Amino acid sequence: MANHAVAANVYVPFLEKKGLLSWLLTTDHKRIGILYLVSISLFFLVAGAIALLMRFELLTPASDFVSPHTYNVLFTLHGSMMVFFFIVPGLAASFGNFLIPLMIGAPDVAFPKLNLGSYWIYLLGTVIVAIALLQPADTGWTFYTPYSATTDADVILITLGVFVLGFSSILTGMNFIVTIHKMRAPGMTWHRLPLFIWASYATAILQLLATPVVGITLLLLIAERSLGVGFFDPAKGGDPVLFQNFFWFYSHPAVYIMIIPAMGVISEIIPVFSKKPIFGYKAIAYSSLGIAFISFLVWAHHMFTAGISEVAATIFSFLTFLVAIPTAIKVFNWVATLYKGSIELHSAMLYALGFIFLFTIGGLTGVFLGALAADIHLHDTYFVVAHMHYVMIGGTVMGFFGAIHFWYPKWFGKMFNESVAKLSWFLIFVGFNVTFFPQFFLGIQGMPRRYATYPEEFESLMALSTYGSWLLGLGVLIMTVNLIKGLFSGEKAPQNPYGSLSLEWQIPSPPPLENFEEIPHVTDWTYGYGKKKEVDA
Amino acid sequence: MEQANTEHSHGLHMDPQVEYSSSKLGMWLFLGTEIMLFGGLFAAYAIFRAKYPEMFLEQHQELNREMGAINTCILIFSSLTMAIAVSAIQKGKRMLSSILILVTIVCGLGFGVVKYFEYGAKFAHHIYPDTSIFFSLYFMMTGLHMLHVFVGLLILGVLMVLTWKGKFNEKYSTPVELGGLYWHLVDLIWIYLFPLLYLVG
Repeated sequence: MANHAVAANVYVPFLEKKGLLSWLLTTDHKRIGILYLVSISLFFLVAGAIALLMRFELLTPASDFVSPHTYNVLFTLHGSMMVFFFIVPGLAASFGNFLIPLMIGAPDVAFPKLNLGSYWIYLLGTVIVAIALLQPADTGWTFYTPYSATTDADVILITLGVFVLGFSSILTGMNFIVTIHKMRAPGMTWHRLPLFIWASYATAILQLLATPVVGITLLLLIAERSLGVGFFDPAKGGDPVLFQNFFWFYSHPAVYIMIIPAMGVISEIIPVFSKKPIFGYKAIAYSSLGIAFISFLVWAHHMFTAGISEVAATIFSFLTFLVAIPTAIKVFNWVATLYKGSIELHSAMLYALGFIFLFTIGGLTGVFLGALAADIHLHDTYFVVAHMHYVMIGGTVMGFFGAIHFWYPKWFGKMFNESVAKLSWFLIFVGFNVTFFPQFFLGIQGMPRRYATYPEEFESLMALSTYGSWLLGLGVLIMTVNLIKGLFSGEKAPQNPYGSLSLEWQIPSPPPLENFEEIPHVTDWTYGYGKKKEVDA
Repeated sequence: MEQANTEHSHGLHMDPQVEYSSSKLGMWLFLGTEIMLFGGLFAAYAIFRAKYPEMFLEQHQELNREMGAINTCILIFSSLTMAIAVSAIQKGKRMLSSILILVTIVCGLGFGVVKYFEYGAKFAHHIYPDTSIFFSLYFMMTGLHMLHVFVGLLILGVLMVLTWKGKFNEKYSTPVELGGLYWHLVDLIWIYLFPLLYLVG
C-alpha cells in the first residue's frame, strides 16, 4: 500500500473556504460531490414525502384523501423525481465525484471545469422541472405514448427537463471514464483498482451509451406534441410500442446505472468490516462490466404484454435470466468475504448486510417477472412495485445510506452518533419490509399498480403497507437529523477510523484541497486485510 | 500508460501529453454518444421504411436531389479544408490554418443556405413535419443534423479567432483537433442521411 507522509504545516482542508460562490464556482471534485449529495438528498426527501402521501391515500379503499387525478400527479412526481433527480445521478455523481480521484490517487477528475458544468446543467434541469410542477404531468415517470402525446397536462416541459439532465449524466460519465483511464497514480494498475472504481467505470459506460437514446426519444415525444410528428401515433401510421422500445432501451440500462455504483459501495464496506481481503476480486470487477453489457439486451422484458411477437418475448425472457449470473457472482463473493471474517457491525456494515439481504429478494423476484408466463399474470401489479422497490430501496438506497455512513468521517471530518445511526437503520430496515413485502402478495392476488382506489378485500394488506411506510419515514427522518447534527456538534474524525487500506483513508479528514501532498506510488491492491494477498496486474 | 508527474505535483497541472490524450479520449467518447443519439432516428427510419416501402419510394421524389448532392459535395469539401487546417496548425502555420477554418465556415454557411431554400420549397408545397411518416423522418433527421451544423459553426468561429490570435502552435493545438473531429462527425452523419432520404430505391 502506498505510504506517504503528510506535512501538517501546509494542510488546508477543502472545506475551509466559505461563501456561496466558493461552492457554485468550485472545480474541486470533493465540493462538486457535496453539491450533488445535497441536491439529490433534497429530491429524495421531497419525493419520499410524496410517497408517504400516496400511501396515506391507500390506507382505505375509497379515494378520500386525494382525488384520483391528484393521485396520478403524485405518482408521476414521485417516480420522475426519484428516478431522474435522485437515483440516476445518485451515487455515481455524488460519491463518484468524491471518491474516484481520491481512490486512484489523482488530484482531481480529468476535466474539472466540465465537471462543474455538468452540475450546472443538472441544476438547469431541476429548474425546468420545478417550473413544470406548476402544471404537473399525470403520465407516470415512463411518459408512455399515446397518453403522453394526448393528455392536456404539460408533458413538454418535464420531458425537456429530463432531456437536459441527460446531458449532465453523459458529461459526468465521459469525465469519469477519462479520469479512470488517464489519471491513475503510478502503480495503480487496473487490477489494483478499488471495486468502487470498477463499478463507476461500468456505470459511466452505460451513461454514455444509453442516455442519448432516451434523449432522442424524449425529443421525438416533444416533436410529437409540438410539431405533429407521428412516429408514435397509430392514426398517422406510427407505433406507440416503438416509444416503449426506445424508452426501455435507455431505462433498463438506467436501472443498472442506479444499482452498479451501490454494488461498488458494498464491495468497499464489506472487506473493511470483515477484516478480510475481498473474495473473488476479479469476478466482482468483471461482473460489473458483464451486467453493463447484458443490460443492453433485455429491454423488451418490460413489454411482454405490449403485443410484441412470441419469438421476441421468448428471446428477451431468456436473455433476462442471464442478468442473474453476474449479479449472483457478486452476492456469492460478498458472502464468501463475510465467511469466517471478524465482523464489526458498524452502521455502514449494517446497511451493507441489509443490501445483500434485500437486494437478493429484489433480484430473485425479478426472475419471476423475467419469466414470460409468470409476467403475463404479474405485469403492472403491485408485485412489480414491490420488486422494483426491493431493488431500488433495498439495493441502491441501502448502498447510498451505507456510503454516507461509511465515508462521512472522511468527507466532513466529523463523526455522527453511532447508536442513533444503528437505531435509524433498524427502523428503516423493518419499516421497509413491512411496507413492501405485503405488496408481493397484493400483486399475486391481482391488485394493479397506479390506482387511488382498490377493492375492500385488499384493505388489511394495504393498511399494513401504509403503517410500514410510517416506520420507514420515521427511520429516514431520524437518520437525517443524526447526520445533520453530526456536522455541527459531532466529534472530530480521525484520519482512518476503520483501519481501511484504501488511498482516501491515508490522507487527513477532511481531505486537503489538493488531495495528496505527493502523488502516491501504489505497490499493492486495496484489500490486503488480515493477511497479504498478491494480485498480479 | 503515461507516467504521471511524480515529483511535487502540487496543483492541478496535468502533464501536457496526458492532457492531450485525455481530451482526445473524451472527445471520442462524446462522439460515441452523438452516434447513439442519431442511432435512435436511424432505427426509426429502418423500422418505418420496412413497414411502408412504397411511401418512401413515392415521397422521396419530392426532395430535391440536385440540392442534396450539392450540399453533400460542400460538406465533404469542408471536411477536407478542416483536415488541412488541423495539419497546418500542427506545423505551426497559424495564418494558413485560420484561413482554412474560415473556408470551412463558409462551406458550412453555404450548406445552411441551400438547406434554407430546400425547407422553404417544402413549406411552399405545404409539406410539413406532420405531413407523413417519411417527412417526419426527413425533418427530424435533417433538422437535428442542421442543429449540429450550427453548433459546429459556432465552435469553428471561436477556433478561427483563437487560431488567428496565435493561441495555438505546433506544441499545443488540441482544441483545433477536437473541433475538427466534431466537424467530421457532422459531415459523416450527412453522408448517411443523403442516400437514405434522397436516393431511395
